Parts: sequence; C-alpha cells; structure tokens
Amino acid sequence: MNMELSRRGFLKAAGAGVAGTTLGAMGFGEAEAAVLAHVRPFKLTTTVETRNTCPYCSVACGIIMYSKGDLRKGEQADIVHIEGDVDHPTNRGTLCPKGAALKDFVHAPTRLKHPMMRKAGSDRFEQVSWDFALDRIARLMKHDRDANFIAKNAKGVPVNRWTTTGFLAASATTNETAYATYKVVRSTGIVAFDNQARV
Amino acid sequence: MTNAWTDIKNTDLVVVMGGNAAEAHPCGFKWVTEAKANRGAKLIVVDPRYTRTASVSDFYAPIRQGTDISFLNGVIKYCIENNKVQWEYTKAFTNASYIVKDGFSYQDGLFTGYDEEKRDYDRESWDYVIGDDGFAVVDPSLQHPRCVWNLLKEHVAIYTPEFVERVCGTPKAKFLKICEMIAECSTPTKTMTSLYALGWTQHSSGAQNIRAMAMLQLILGNIGVQGGGMNALRGHSNIQGLTDLGLMSNLIPGYLNIPTEMEENFGSYMSTRQFKPLRPGQTSYWQNYKKFFVSFQKAMWGNAAQADNDWAYDYLPKLDVPSYDVLRIFELMNEGRVNGYFCQGFNPLLAFPNRAKITSALSKLKWLVTMDPLETETSRFWENHGEYNDVDTKSIQTEVFQLPTTCFAEEAGSLANSGRWLQWHWAGGTPPGEAQHDTWIMGQIFVRLRELYRKEGGAFPDPIVNLAWDYKDPGEPTPEELAKEINGRAIEDLRDPTDVTKVLVPAGKQVLNFSQLRDDGTTLSGCWIYSGNFNENGNNMARRDNHDPGDTGAYLGWTFAWPLNRRTLYNRASCDVNGKPWDPTRKIIEWDGTKWSGFDVPDIAPNAKPQDVGPFIMNQEGVSRLFTRGLMRDGPFPAHYEPFESPVDNVINPKIRGNPVARVFQNDVSQFGTSAEFPYAATSYRLTEHFHYWTKHNRVNAALQPEFFVEISEELAAEKKIERGGWVRVWSKRGSIKAKALVTKRIRPLMCDGKAVHVVGIPLHWGFIGAAKKGWGPNSLAPFVGDANIETPESKAFLVNIEPTTPPSEVVA
Repeated sequence: MNMELSRRGFLKAAGAGVAGTTLGAMGFGEAEAAVLAHVRPFKLTTTVETRNTCPYCSVACGIIMYSKGDLRKGEQADIVHIEGDVDHPTNRGTLCPKGAALKDFVHAPTRLKHPMMRKAGSDRFEQVSWDFALDRIARLMKHDRDANFIAKNAKGVPVNRWTTTGFLAASATTNETAYATYKVVRSTGIVAFDNQARV
Repeated sequence: MTNAWTDIKNTDLVVVMGGNAAEAHPCGFKWVTEAKANRGAKLIVVDPRYTRTASVSDFYAPIRQGTDISFLNGVIKYCIENNKVQWEYTKAFTNASYIVKDGFSYQDGLFTGYDEEKRDYDRESWDYVIGDDGFAVVDPSLQHPRCVWNLLKEHVAIYTPEFVERVCGTPKAKFLKICEMIAECSTPTKTMTSLYALGWTQHSSGAQNIRAMAMLQLILGNIGVQGGGMNALRGHSNIQGLTDLGLMSNLIPGYLNIPTEMEENFGSYMSTRQFKPLRPGQTSYWQNYKKFFVSFQKAMWGNAAQADNDWAYDYLPKLDVPSYDVLRIFELMNEGRVNGYFCQGFNPLLAFPNRAKITSALSKLKWLVTMDPLETETSRFWENHGEYNDVDTKSIQTEVFQLPTTCFAEEAGSLANSGRWLQWHWAGGTPPGEAQHDTWIMGQIFVRLRELYRKEGGAFPDPIVNLAWDYKDPGEPTPEELAKEINGRAIEDLRDPTDVTKVLVPAGKQVLNFSQLRDDGTTLSGCWIYSGNFNENGNNMARRDNHDPGDTGAYLGWTFAWPLNRRTLYNRASCDVNGKPWDPTRKIIEWDGTKWSGFDVPDIAPNAKPQDVGPFIMNQEGVSRLFTRGLMRDGPFPAHYEPFESPVDNVINPKIRGNPVARVFQNDVSQFGTSAEFPYAATSYRLTEHFHYWTKHNRVNAALQPEFFVEISEELAAEKKIERGGWVRVWSKRGSIKAKALVTKRIRPLMCDGKAVHVVGIPLHWGFIGAAKKGWGPNSLAPFVGDANIETPESKAFLVNIEPTTPPSEVVA
C-alpha cells in the first residue's frame, strides 16, 4: 500500500465508502476488499474538527470535537465525537472519565431548550418566548432597583448600592462572558455579586 | 498556581494535602507520575482518607480534617530546629529580618488586640518598626529578638510532634518521616511542590492553611523555582478567570477593590493605595494602581468618565460591609430582605451549606432567574420530589425563569486554567432548541434595562445609560470584541514621554500590554492583568505553538498566560542574590550582567540589578512575607483553631470555638452541633467519575457512579452495626439524609486528644434531577459559616451522627 498515506488519511480514504475504486487506489487485493466491504465506514470521515477545552476542572485539557456539518459555514452542526487533543501540552491527547464522556453532556436529555417560566405558587414550568422572558426580567429588575436603590448613605455620601437583588456568576463561562456580565451587573449597583470561587 | 501543570515534571517532591489530584484532576496529575518516573520524585499524601492519590504515593499519613495548620507549623518548627532552611533565600527574599512593633504578641490562642464582642482584632501592632527614613527597620543578622524570624520561631514552638499527634491524629513516627522528606528540599538543588484544592479552602481557617504551606515553601526556597510553588489546583474550568475578572462582591477586575463607603471620594480611595516601597529601591508594582483603575473606569463608562468627575468614581457602588458574599446574601434572603436573584450557571441549592436554609431563603424571593445549559435543582427548588426535596410547592410564591444557555461546545472564548493560561476555544456545534449564548442573554437584558431607564428615568440611571456598550450588535457583543476591550486600547495617541514627537500607540489601536496603560484617561482596559491577551499581534490566546525550548515545561508559544505571558510567578527568585540560578540544571532565567533573560518572561524589570531589586515586586517590601502585618484578619502567623464543629476542644485554649474572628450570624449559632450530640467528623469530596452536579445528567457518568453513598470505616460500621451496602441515616444539627454505606479500609479511626475520632466521608454529586439515581449531598448537613478572610464555607469539617435505617420511600416503592 501507499506508505506515504497518514493514518488519518488512510482512515478517511477507507471510510469514504466507495470500496472498489478507493481500495484499488491503495493497492488492496480482492480479499481485503471483500472484508472491508462489510466494515462500517469510519465514523469521523466526513466530520468537521473544532478545537476546544474540557469544561470541567481547571487542568483545561485540549479536546477535538467532531461534527456532522460545519458551523462556520452556517450549517447545522451535530457533535458526534469528542476526544483528547494530542497537540495539547498538558493532556497530550488523554482525557479522564469525565472528559471522555463529554459528548453525553452536549446531548444530555436534560439539556435546556426553551425559556421556561414558573408562576408564583405553580407546580410546573411553562414555555415562554425569549422576548417575554427578557422584557419581564428587565421590568422586574427596574421595579426592584427603583424601589430599593440606596443612592446616598446617612452621611450624604453617594454609595449607589442595590442590595435587594443579587447575581451569582458562573465559573464555567468564558472570560469574555464574565467581562460582559461584570459590566452589566456593576452598572446597576448590585453588590451581592459572587461566583463559585467563593465556595 | 504560581507554576503550571507542565512544570510539575521538574519537581523532586510532591506534597498533596488538601486535595486529591489523581481523582479530581486526573490529566494534570499525570505530570506527578511523570516526575516520579523520570526524575525519581517522591509523592507524599496527607489526607483523612487513603485516596487514589495516596494509593500511588511514596508515603501516606492520615490527618483529621481541619487541623492542617498544626501539621504545617510542626513541619516549619522541625525545619528551623534541624537547620533545614534555605538560608540565603530566606534571608534575602523573605521578611525574616524585619523588626516587628513591640506591642505585637500571641497568647492563649489569640493575637494582640482581640475584641470578643466584635469578633475582630485591632491590628495596629501587627506591623514593622518604621525608621526615620520611612523604611522598615531590618536586622540582616537575625539576632534582634523582635525580628520576624525570632517571632516565628517562638510562634511555632508549641507545635511539637507530640502536639501534632494529639491534635491531628497523625502518628508521631509518620509525621517525623514526612518532616525528614520535606526537609531534604531545603537545599538549593532540591525542590518541592504543593498541590492543594478545596480540602484547604473550605475551612473557617482556610486562607491560613494555605499561608502555612506558603511560609514553609519560602523557608525551603521553593517559590519561583522550577518544580516548586504553591499550586491551587482549582475546581472549575474558569474559576481562575472569574476571580481574575473580579466577579466577586468586593472586586474590580485585576484584583482592584470596590470602594467602601468610608472612601467617600476618589482622593480618599487613592490615599491608602499609594504603595510606597518599604525598603529602598524596591519595585512595589502596585504603585501603578491608578493607571489600572482609571483605564478600567474608561472601559466601563467611556466619555462619561473624566478627570473632572474623578473618572466616574461615584458610579461605582460603595460597600458598607466587607462583602455581600453568598453567605451574607442568603442570610439576608432568609430574612426576607432580598427580592430578586440571578443564578448564571450555578446551583446553590446543592452548593451552599445548610440546604434547608437555602430552600427557605429562595422561597422568600419574589423572582429568580437561572441560566444553564442543563436542568438544575436550584431552578426547580419549588418542585416537590418526596424525601429528596420535600417542599410545599403551593406556598412558594417565587416567580422563576429558567433560561437555556449554550454549553462549551457551542461557544467561543477563553478560559483561564489553574496555571493562568488563557486558552481560546471555538464553537463546533449548533445549540439545542432556543438555547442562547450567555453574552446574548446579558446583552439582551442590558439593552432592555437601558431602554427602560432612557424612557422612564428612575433611580440614578447614569451608570446604566452611560455604560460603554458600543459593540457592533449591542444585543450580543462578540467574544473577540470583549477580549480586545479586556486587553485595552489607546483612546488618544500615546506619545513617548521622553520624546513627544514619537507616537507609541496611535489612537484606537490596541495597547501592547499593561505597561502602556496610563492614569490620565488616554487608555482603556477592562482587566489590566490580562492585557497582552489580544493586542495588535492578534489573539494571543489562540496561539498553538507547542514547542518547549530548553524542555522546561514553559510552552511560551502556547496560548497566553497572565501576566505578560509569564509561566512561573516570582521566577526572579529562581536565582541567587547575584542573579545566578540556584540550580543550573533547572534554569528559568538568569542575569547576564546587563539584563534578565531565559526560558520564561522574567518576573522583574529586565534591567533591574539583582543585588538591588527584590523578587517579590508586587510587595512593598520587595520580599515575601513570613509575617503578613495586618493583611489578614485572623493573624500575621497561622495559628491552630478547631473547626466550628469539632470532635475535640481547642487544646491551646478550650474556650475558643472555631476561628475567633470568623463571622457568625446570630441565626446560625443555635444550629452548631456539639460532639456530645454529633460524635463523628464529616467531610466532603468528589469522585473521579463525576464533576459536581453536571455529570449526573450524562448517561455514561451516571452509569459509572449511579448512586449516592457515604464512606465509613470498618470500625465505625461494627460499632454502629452498619452493614456493607446497607442504608444509613446521617444527620447534623441542620439536616438529615439517607445513603448506602460504603464500608472501607480507606478511612480509619484517628486518635485525637485521647479519644477515637471516626470520619464520615460524603461525596457531593447527587441531587433530584438527571440520569443518576436521586440522592443528597453534603450541603444538606454542612454549617453556615465561612473562612475569616474570604467567607468560603466550612464544608470540609463538621459533625454528624449516623445509624442504620430503612431505604427512602421512593426506593421501596
């Protein structure tokens, strides 16, 4: 066979599925072709690779996600496989029992798909539109802030505290999300502001 | 981490105390096995449980949870008494020689200035003697009886091996063996690394646990060197980043501070932030504080922040208490004083102590907003799940919004790992249903709120309507836009101060890094310590050159590490006073007579003469602190205190319960249990198959560890007639849970102060939603009290009782 072919190139070629011509091109004889015709095409053959990092602990292992469809081309992209990134200096391709099962997080049956609202006293969530949820949240914030904002303390010093609403931020969000969150939360005067680093 | 995961391969001795890296950080722990295999490094584990980290150790010793300070002070005493000190380092690079004020002392478990009523110290005497020249007085000979070194010797004198055995339950012979192994690392060519995690932080004396080890590392000369350091393993993928970016009650990004209301104006705020050097010629880098603060204010409020309004200082909230941390806000919530609450990727119903109180507090909210990729117990706190969440749904009047977010696979951006590497990642999958990026949700909430204030006015709209939010799509700033703003840019042309005809950075261009930031409003930067992350060279966090010149583990071309792409903090201390590496085989940087250079970005000005400028450039002293002055609330030296709930009294002073300055809310005092009622010492931990409360949603992980259990010794099982795999009830003063009993040899009773102490281990991965079986977590039982300095709850040491019981009703059905 063509020894110049890399492992990945080989698998891609073999998995392309057009058994006769592809295998012929690699120099296989008929017997091998007969065996390979019964083998399922390699599942990553037609996938798109994306570099990411494991979202669990802060070793931050490099991972490669394989999707059917290319998000960057505006296509629907379905993650079908996740594995360790061999180029990453820390994990060098390895993953732990959590990281190795990351695909199950992406496709967990309990992934949230729609904004939901639970009314006071109700025993269920009801689906609502994003617009409804966001308008309502902004209104609830303004109502509480206007009613309870402490502009000055007893000495007349501007203190701009809003203590009756709090915000817990997430230590699994990106730095960029965290920074945007910081700006919004601080602009309102919220002081009850924390993240998982506290606990 | 002061160092990086990849640097652990350079060590000679790994001490894992307060963590369990093999199970909680498996792929990082491979660098420990690398050091063992290739360097012959040794591994010591000190833990109440014989963990999987212990199973590959060279030496293991048990310890009772919450007594690490006694153990570490004991090791410090051993090293001092046996002359196992890296003397040249200690004398030149620590404050050992600084003279302390006469008033300072320590007696009967308390430092000078204690006020029992306020549960606080007057820290005035915890400081150096300042000479007529304005500098701290030192005695390089270490002969002065009031120098830090002699006070430290005096302070650790009581921590004998016998004391350690009595308090910690660590057999004396094992303790001494560990002392010998650690003491070997006092030579300039042997280094030790400390790996720790929540096992040290989740205590009422958590910060001092870490200080004690840091002090030991300093006298051994192990800070700033290859294979050394203080390495906080950190629990979440971006817990480092969220802290760096200041998402805490009292912080501004880059470890600046939110003002208190005592700091009435910008002048009074800056008056205590001058950071004048305490010794001649020292860097004291925080002298640049104003540049970073003003650049932050410009990033926040743009043109609305001007010199004549003190850079919009009045837009910032001013604190009336040290912080509105999570314990304080849930206390206020439970008193009915909080109306609205946001949980962005956070599950406090399972994460915060005293779950009954958390449920009660959430039930008093008018509204709650949660944002997550997965279901959380918090978003369904109002839903009745039988024994597992026995609430009266109808009576809970809280309106709840559950907003679906994308997960890691569907978003781009950077995360800061524990080694401070800012690693960029890319989106590869389509989000399910209507799930949205957090940046979209925050953008949408903000533009709506801003619109309401623009139209209707209201309470002080200025900081909201004037917030700098000039993103291409205000409804969703892009990760690149935000990363660039964090890096910072020139607002006007930045000219060379020595030649004003020369423009260093044209207006609108990215600054190279924080060295170009200014205090006159001509620059903006969202988080100074990150600056350099995304400059005119592009997105440095996306770099993927994995070459490692010198095989040091630095990987300078891989992503970007803050600050300034530096991989080992304090790396100037890897060289002696003349700038030559202590260990030439482990060179990081070196002084060549005119400048510093080597395999890492020097942690000192490139032309700073080694004899003149100390390595600890952020400190006013230029050296590190064995004595922390008044910078910590509970003492300038770490001292032994028991957890608030302890099986034994404080042997130094039985009248002291817990940390004497830890904040305790009146409502919680009656909820502390005693050892008479609750005889067993409980602790909490993770399992390697699970990550917090996320992986119970995944079929694979739920199958690997499907069911909640508690872990106890064979001795306790026999005493309480508990069968292997049988059901037990475990209860504290605050709650009661049921679990299967895992009876193991990994936990053994400890002999402490003459009595047997049984440990009960409680893993933390179960709740009432997901693919795994329903269960509980340690937070149903843990006490509502935190560390004296930073209010991290004491979830690693509390008291419980245990008895055999029947299965939960749902299991029977």
